[in-house]
Amino acid sequence: MGALSIRQVKKSYGSHHILKSVDLEIEKGEFIILVGPSGCGKSTLLSMIAGLDNPTSGNIILGDRDITYVAPKDRDIAMVFQSYALYPNMTVEQNIAFALEMRKVPKAERKVLVDKVSKMLQLDHLLDRKPGQLSGGQRQRVAMGRALARQPSLFLFDEPLSNLDAKLRVEMRAEIKLLHQRTKTTTVYVTHDQVEAMTLGDRIAVMRDGILQQFGTPDEIYSRPATKFVAEFIGSPAMNMVAAKRERNGLFAKGVELPLGPQVAAALQSHPNQDMVYGLRPEAIRFVAAGTGLAGQLTMIEPTGPESYAFVDTVVGPLVVRVPGKVNGQVGDTVSLAWQPGDVHLFDATTEARVSAPQPHLAVA
Amino acid sequence: MSSASTTLATPKIASATGPSRSLTWQRWLLWAVLIAFAGFFLAPMYVMVVTSIKSMDEIRGGSLLALPHTLDFSSWGKAWSTACTGADCSGLQPYFWNSVMIVIPAVLVSTVLGGINGYVLSKWKFKGSETLFALLLFGVFMPLQVVLLPMSQVLGWLGIASSVWGLILVHLLCGLPGTTLFFRNYYAALPDELIKAAMLDGAGFWRIFVRIVLPLSTPIIVVCLIWQFTQIWNDFLFGVVFSGADSKPVTVGLNNLANTTSSVKEYNVDMAAALIAGLPTLLVYVIAGKYFVRGLTAGAVKG
Repeated sequence: MGALSIRQVKKSYGSHHILKSVDLEIEKGEFIILVGPSGCGKSTLLSMIAGLDNPTSGNIILGDRDITYVAPKDRDIAMVFQSYALYPNMTVEQNIAFALEMRKVPKAERKVLVDKVSKMLQLDHLLDRKPGQLSGGQRQRVAMGRALARQPSLFLFDEPLSNLDAKLRVEMRAEIKLLHQRTKTTTVYVTHDQVEAMTLGDRIAVMRDGILQQFGTPDEIYSRPATKFVAEFIGSPAMNMVAAKRERNGLFAKGVELPLGPQVAAALQSHPNQDMVYGLRPEAIRFVAAGTGLAGQLTMIEPTGPESYAFVDTVVGPLVVRVPGKVNGQVGDTVSLAWQPGDVHLFDATTEARVSAPQPHLAVA
Repeated sequence: MSSASTTLATPKIASATGPSRSLTWQRWLLWAVLIAFAGFFLAPMYVMVVTSIKSMDEIRGGSLLALPHTLDFSSWGKAWSTACTGADCSGLQPYFWNSVMIVIPAVLVSTVLGGINGYVLSKWKFKGSETLFALLLFGVFMPLQVVLLPMSQVLGWLGIASSVWGLILVHLLCGLPGTTLFFRNYYAALPDELIKAAMLDGAGFWRIFVRIVLPLSTPIIVVCLIWQFTQIWNDFLFGVVFSGADSKPVTVGLNNLANTTSSVKEYNVDMAAALIAGLPTLLVYVIAGKYFVRGLTAGAVKG
């Protein structure tokens, strides 16, 4: 049995559907990421797990307990908020101990727990301060300490790093990951940042418009995106998408035949629709000798240090190429591009679903 | 970081431009105008204080603005305990205590209830709570004369007409829309996540209010107390309409005292009585105003 089950959870306000039947099975100790653009329903889902909001229908099961309509305080869940929501009138120590006090933990035991947590998070020298006297990173730590001290069966994070500057964000990201490795508490973490999603998650749930697009490990999400949306959302720079049409036995874009691996080609054979989207990760494309691959013109180069992004205008549309180190060439140069057919992701242009192994129900039809 | 460097830099700039600025004639003009206006506003107060400590002979003989020859506080004593208000000659004292007995419970209860109302209407919204708040706002803008008749009827039904209790209830009810508005708007600025965090931490409705929300409310509590105290203490209309013979507030007492005609008009006693009636509000401003400023700076909810 999973640690947290979300079963056919729906949420609507009148005719406006925020969540359209979401199912998630989360194992004990897992670090789960809910990721998606703003308005996709990820924060609503988190609120419902926390008990701050109720689903229109469906169930939320924590361990062996149906907690769909249980009050937040009786759920054994701790949450770290985007704004940290530290109590400004209390010291760091009181902030961390507040939940314990509410749960009637004896004072001596409270002290031990606060000490342990503050040591773990390097807050021991700040215990007498008020939140107003702390830096952003320290506040973030206190917020985590407050959640940790309770030793909850489930941790919720609501975009906890989005108020920090870039450098601190990377540091805190690593700290959260280390913390999870140490405590092994089941965690649900909401973010809109795909880098956070990839680096932190054991499994990632990609959401869009209230629908769960894909739920899988970072590797699955990255190398076998289930929909065109997932493919574009995860990965930076985003996956190149080329509009293509089936003609004869191949796939063509603006008259250029696009190479397909045997598996994808087989899948395409049994696929009913004509309009497709041909996806290529920027790192799958490489520069080749002139005259051999797809010709194009270099329009822009973005060096980042360890790697560079080259933007190339081709007949089939603009493509981004990710190369290690520097790009050999200048803006305006004519270049040739090539890629392995095995690296291709193919999506149906109308359903946006991945075209892979033949689908049985389609074979019947 | 940046704020530290700017505060370091400011004194230098100030000292560089300071001396030349203080010598300009515009500066002198500014001060002259400000002092003139301050004097203009304080003049009535000065006349009241000076007149109240002059003897009647001196008032008749001297100028209105002249300083007293001798300090004579007897008119204060008379205004407090022996001046006649109508047939009764025990000064303002009984009225003053009536006002105290009305003001203290009415201010405290309306502030407490306003706080709870504001907390509910901003942080525990329910279906129709916005409508309720909109209706409550009518109470803030409604002319008080409108409620005189229905209210006297209600007080009669409740059996507390013409009593201190009736006046307490009236002031409490009429103050509630205002105090609710104060608190609701103040609490609307408190982040909702604070309440949510406390809910997850295991605190309930009252615990969150007492432990999290109230400690952050000092500025608005003081504003509310000052506002309500001033409103209720200075009220004349309700005091005249709803009071009985022995429940009249100090404003009504002052009116009666000033209107009671004896052989001579005792200006010094009238002035002393007016000052006695006005002193508590002044005192509240002086004492609570300090806390008000302190509360504003110490209670900063940021972060």
